[in-house]
Amino acid sequence: MRRWGRRIRIVVAVLCAGLAVVSVSGHSFTSRAATPSTAPAAGTRSQAQLERAGRQLFVEGCSSCHGMDARGVSGRGPSLRGVGAVSADFYLRTHRMPLENGSEEPVRRPQTFYTEQQIRALDAYVGSFGGPPIPKVDPASGNVAQGQALFTDNCAGCHQIVARGGIVPGAFIPDLEDSKPIDVAEAVKVGPYVMPKFTHLDQQDVNDIARYVQQIHDPEDRGGWGIGHIGPVPEGMVTFLLAMAALILGIRIIGERTTE
Amino acid sequence: MNVEDPVRFVDERLGATSGLRKLMRYVFPDHWSFMLGEIALYAFIVLIGTGIFLAFYYSPSDAETVYRGSYAPLQGLGMTEAYRSTVHLSLDVPGGLLLRQTHHWAANIFIASILFHMVRILFTGAFRKPRELNYLVGVTMLMLAVLEGFAGYSLPDDLLSGMGLVIAYAVALSIPFVGPSLAVLIWDGEYPGGSDFWDRLFTLHILILPLVIATLIGLHLAMIMRQHHTQFPGKRRTEKQLEGTPMWPAYALRSTGLLFLVVGVLFLLGGLIQINPIWEWGPFEVYRSTNGAQPDWYLGWLIGGLREMPPLEIHFGSYTVVPNPFWGGAAFPLVAFGILYVFPLIDRRFFSRKGKSHNLLDRPRDNPRRSAFIVAFLSWVAIPFVAGAVDRVFFRLTIPYTAEVWFFRILSLVGPFIVYAIARRIFEDLRRRDPHPLRGWNGRIVRRTPTGGFETLGATDGRATTTVAEHPEETVAE
Amino acid sequence: MSDPKRGGFRDWLLASVVVRLLRRVPAPKEEGRHVPLRPGEPPPTVERELPATAGSERLTLAALGLTVLGAAGFMVFYVAFPDTQLLGLCLGLAFVFAAVACIVAGKKLVPQEKVLEEYHEFGDPERQLEVAEMVRRGGDGISRRKMLLGAAGAAGGTVGVAATFPLASLGPRVDDILHETPWKSGRRVVDAEGKPLTADDVKEEEFRTGFPEGASQHELGSPIILVRLPLDEIEVPPDRKAKMPEGIIGFSKICTHAGCAISMYRYPTFSDTQPAPALVCPCHYSTFDVRRGGEVIFGPAGRSLPILPLRLNDARELVADGDFFGNVGPSWSGVRQEGGKT
Repeated sequence: MRRWGRRIRIVVAVLCAGLAVVSVSGHSFTSRAATPSTAPAAGTRSQAQLERAGRQLFVEGCSSCHGMDARGVSGRGPSLRGVGAVSADFYLRTHRMPLENGSEEPVRRPQTFYTEQQIRALDAYVGSFGGPPIPKVDPASGNVAQGQALFTDNCAGCHQIVARGGIVPGAFIPDLEDSKPIDVAEAVKVGPYVMPKFTHLDQQDVNDIARYVQQIHDPEDRGGWGIGHIGPVPEGMVTFLLAMAALILGIRIIGERTTE
Repeated sequence: MNVEDPVRFVDERLGATSGLRKLMRYVFPDHWSFMLGEIALYAFIVLIGTGIFLAFYYSPSDAETVYRGSYAPLQGLGMTEAYRSTVHLSLDVPGGLLLRQTHHWAANIFIASILFHMVRILFTGAFRKPRELNYLVGVTMLMLAVLEGFAGYSLPDDLLSGMGLVIAYAVALSIPFVGPSLAVLIWDGEYPGGSDFWDRLFTLHILILPLVIATLIGLHLAMIMRQHHTQFPGKRRTEKQLEGTPMWPAYALRSTGLLFLVVGVLFLLGGLIQINPIWEWGPFEVYRSTNGAQPDWYLGWLIGGLREMPPLEIHFGSYTVVPNPFWGGAAFPLVAFGILYVFPLIDRRFFSRKGKSHNLLDRPRDNPRRSAFIVAFLSWVAIPFVAGAVDRVFFRLTIPYTAEVWFFRILSLVGPFIVYAIARRIFEDLRRRDPHPLRGWNGRIVRRTPTGGFETLGATDGRATTTVAEHPEETVAE
Repeated sequence: MSDPKRGGFRDWLLASVVVRLLRRVPAPKEEGRHVPLRPGEPPPTVERELPATAGSERLTLAALGLTVLGAAGFMVFYVAFPDTQLLGLCLGLAFVFAAVACIVAGKKLVPQEKVLEEYHEFGDPERQLEVAEMVRRGGDGISRRKMLLGAAGAAGGTVGVAATFPLASLGPRVDDILHETPWKSGRRVVDAEGKPLTADDVKEEEFRTGFPEGASQHELGSPIILVRLPLDEIEVPPDRKAKMPEGIIGFSKICTHAGCAISMYRYPTFSDTQPAPALVCPCHYSTFDVRRGGEVIFGPAGRSLPILPLRLNDARELVADGDFFGNVGPSWSGVRQEGGKT
C-alpha cells in the first residue's frame, strides 16, 4: 500500500515537473495572448483561432453547466463572463474542472482531462469575455520570511500554517503540497470555490507567498521524521502506538506475565 | 571484591545497616502491570534532567525582538524574546533540539504512563482500603502533570502555544462569577496579559509544579513502602502474606534496566521523530491563527469537549451567566477528576464489600460491574478526545464537518451507556469462563435432563462452594 | 547461492536462542520456611535459583560493550558534527543497550529469589483510644473549651484568608479592563504596517485585517476583520446599517467563544450550490453569518461577533465611529448579549 502511494507520488511529481516546464513556457505565451482581448489592436490570427477552438471545446464540455454563451445556468454553474483567463486556467490546469456533479466541491485531481493545448484554447475563449489575465509569478525573487508572514496572516487560517489543508464547515480546504507557484498566484486572484480573493496582494507579495509555499513542500525538519507536519495529533499517536507500545513490551519482558 | 569497607564506612557514620537490610530485602510482587508507574517515575527523571538544560537557554519575556538566527523563513521577522530564545536553543545550540524534543516526548509519555497506571489501579481495585490516600495522591499528580504539561506547551510563544493560551484564558474567564477576576489575576490583565505573566508561567513550570509533583512522588513511594504493594492472588499470595522478588539484586537490576529503557526510548524519539517544530509554526499574535491547531494529547479531550458543545449558555435577561467554554473546558474536567477523586467512595457504595481491607487485587473480570463502570467512564472521556482528533480522518473520507460534530454529540450522550452494557456482558462472560485463583470457579453446571428440562448442579469444586458462601455478594451477582 | 548460507545462520541463531532460553543450571532449591513469621524476623526465601550461564554473561558483556560504543559515538558526534538525529541515535541506543544489559543481568544472571513477607495490619483499637485520650487530656482543666476552640478557629481562619490577599496584587483591578478596547470615534483603521485602509481597499469577496491607528496590535480589542457586502444583502436594523459605509462591515477578529483569531472567510464563488458567506474561527469552528450581523449559525459560540461602527472620512479612509457594539473577546458572566439573538 505504502509503496503504491509512493509510486503514485513519484509519477505525480514527474508529471507536475513536466507540466511546470510546459506551463512556464505556455504561460508567457497565454499572458501575452490574453492581452489582446482587452486591446484588440494587438490581435493575431492565432489568438482568434485559439478562441474559436476554445469555443468549440466549451460548447462540448462546459456549456451544460456554464451555458452556451458562458452566462451560467441557474442552480448548475456560474457565469464565466468577466472571470478572466486566470480563472479558467486555474480550474482546468489543476483538473478541478470539468466537474461531473455541479453541487460537489471541485478538488484537485491528478488525471488530465484536457491537453495543454486545449486548456490554452479554453483560457483564451473564457478570457475573450474580459477579466484578469493569467498572472506572472517568480518565486525565485520572493523573500521566504516575508512569505511566511504573509501566509500566516492571509492563508494559514484555512490552509494550515505549513499548508497541510484543513476544514471549514461546509467545505474541505486543500493542502498545497502539489501546488506550483502559478497555482498560488492564480488562486489568490480567483478565490476558487469558497475561498476569498486576495487582490490587495501585489506582485512582490505573491512572489513571496509562492516562495514560502515552495519551501514548505519540504520543510526543514531538523528534528527528524516530520510525521505529517500537522502538530500534536500524530505526536500523540507516536506516544501511544510507538513509545508506550515499546515500553509496555519492555515491562512485559521484565515482569511476570501471568496472574497464576 | 571488597564490599565490607564501604558498608563499614556508611554504617559507622550513619548506622544504616538495619535500614539497608530492610531496603535490600524489600519485596516487590512481580507482575508487568505493576511497572507502569515506574515508567512515569523514570520519565519524570528525564523531564527534570532535560528541563534543567532548557531552562538555561529559555528566557520568559514578551519583549519585542527581531530574529537573526540560522533559520531563513523567520529571518528578520518580529517576535517575542520567549519565542526567539526557544527557536535559538532548538536550532543553534548543539544538542539543544535533541534535549528539547526528548523533554517534550518525555512529557507525553509521563502523562500517558500515569494514565495507564491509574487505569490499572482502577480495574484491579488497588485503590481500596487501606490505599485510598495513596490513590488520591496519584490522582492529584495526574492533574498536576496535565497542568505542568500545558504550562510547558505554552512557554515557547509560537502560533500553537498562543492559541492554546487564549483558549485557556477563555476557559478561566468563563467560570461563573469568579472567572474574570481569576483570569485577570493569572494573566496580569486581559489576554495576552502583562509581561509578568511570562515570569509566572515559567516559575510555575520549572519550580512550583515540579516541586509539588516531586514531593507527592516521595509521599506516594513512602506510602507504598509502608503499606506494601498489592498483589494478584496465588498459592502463597494471600491477604496476609505477599510473595515477590526482593529488591537486591534481581529487582534492582530489572528496575534499573527499565530506567535505561525509558531513557533510551525517549532519546531515540527525541533524536529521530520531530515533535512540535515551533520554527515551522512561526510566532504568535492575537490576530493570527492556523487551521488544525491542537493541544498535546493529554488535553485533546478538552478541545473535543469545547468543539462538540452546542451553543448552549445560561442567560439572565440580556446578560450571560454561564458562557459556553465553561461546559467543555472547565465543567467537563472538573466532573471527570471529581469522579476519580470520589471513586473509592463510589466503589464502597456500589461495587465492593464495605469497610474491608484488601491486599489482593481483582482481575477486571472479578468485579464486572466495577470494571464496566470504569470502561464507561473512560469512554465518556475518550469520545470527546476522539472527536477533537479525528478531523483528518473525516477530512480524508470527505465526511462534512457538520455531520462529524452531530455524530459525536449524539455518541457522547449515548456512548457510555452502550459501552457499560457491552463491557458488563463481556466481563461477566469472562468471569464464568475460568476459575478464580482463590475463590475457584464461579459458574454453574447445567445439565439437560432426560425429559428435556434443565437442572443446575451447582459448583463442582468443593472449595468454590465454601468461598461463595463466604462472599454473599458474589452469589448475588450471579 | 547465499540464501542457504543465510538460512543456516538464521537457524543457528534461532537454535542458540532457544537453547539459551531453555537451559537452566539446576540450582539448589532452598526450601523456604513458611508463615507465620515472628515480628522482626527477616522474610523467608521460598525459592532461590542461580540461573547464570556463560551465554547470559556473554550477552550482558556484549550489551555493555555496545553501550560504551554508543556513548562514545555521542561524544564524538557532539564535538565533530552535532546532528540531532545522530546524537539521538547514539545516546538512545547507548541507553537501550544498557537497559538490555541490566534486564538480562536481572533475570538471567543474578540469583532469582521468591521471598515471603507479611502485610502490616493497620488499625489497633486500643492504641486509637489511647491517642484520642491523649489528645483530650491536653485540654484538662479548661472550662470554656468550646468557646476557646471556636475563637482559635476564627483566628486561624482569618489569618488564612489574610494570607491569600497578596494574591490580589497579582493582577490589576478587574473593573473595566475587560470592557476596554483601543477603539474610539475618529480613530482611523490601518493595516498591520500602519497604512490607513480606504473604502477601496476592502472589496467584495475579500477580507482585510485592520487595527486602530497608533494603538497596540497585541490586545484582544484591537484587530478587526473587514468585509464588504452588497448593501441590499445585509440584514441588520437600519441604524446599524448606517455604520457600514458602502456595505463595509468591521467585525472584531476575536472569536466570542474562546478568543482565537477569526481567520477564515468563507465566500462562495457561486451562491446557488455553495455555502453562504461566513466568518469562521479555526479553533472550534464557530461560524458567524456576515449578512446577519455576525450571528452564530454553527459551532459552540454563544454570542454574535461584535461589530465596530465605521464611517468614511473625506479621503475615503475608514474611521471608527465609536466603540464596538457589544463586548469583544470570549464571554464571562455578566457580559451583555449585545445584538446577540435576533
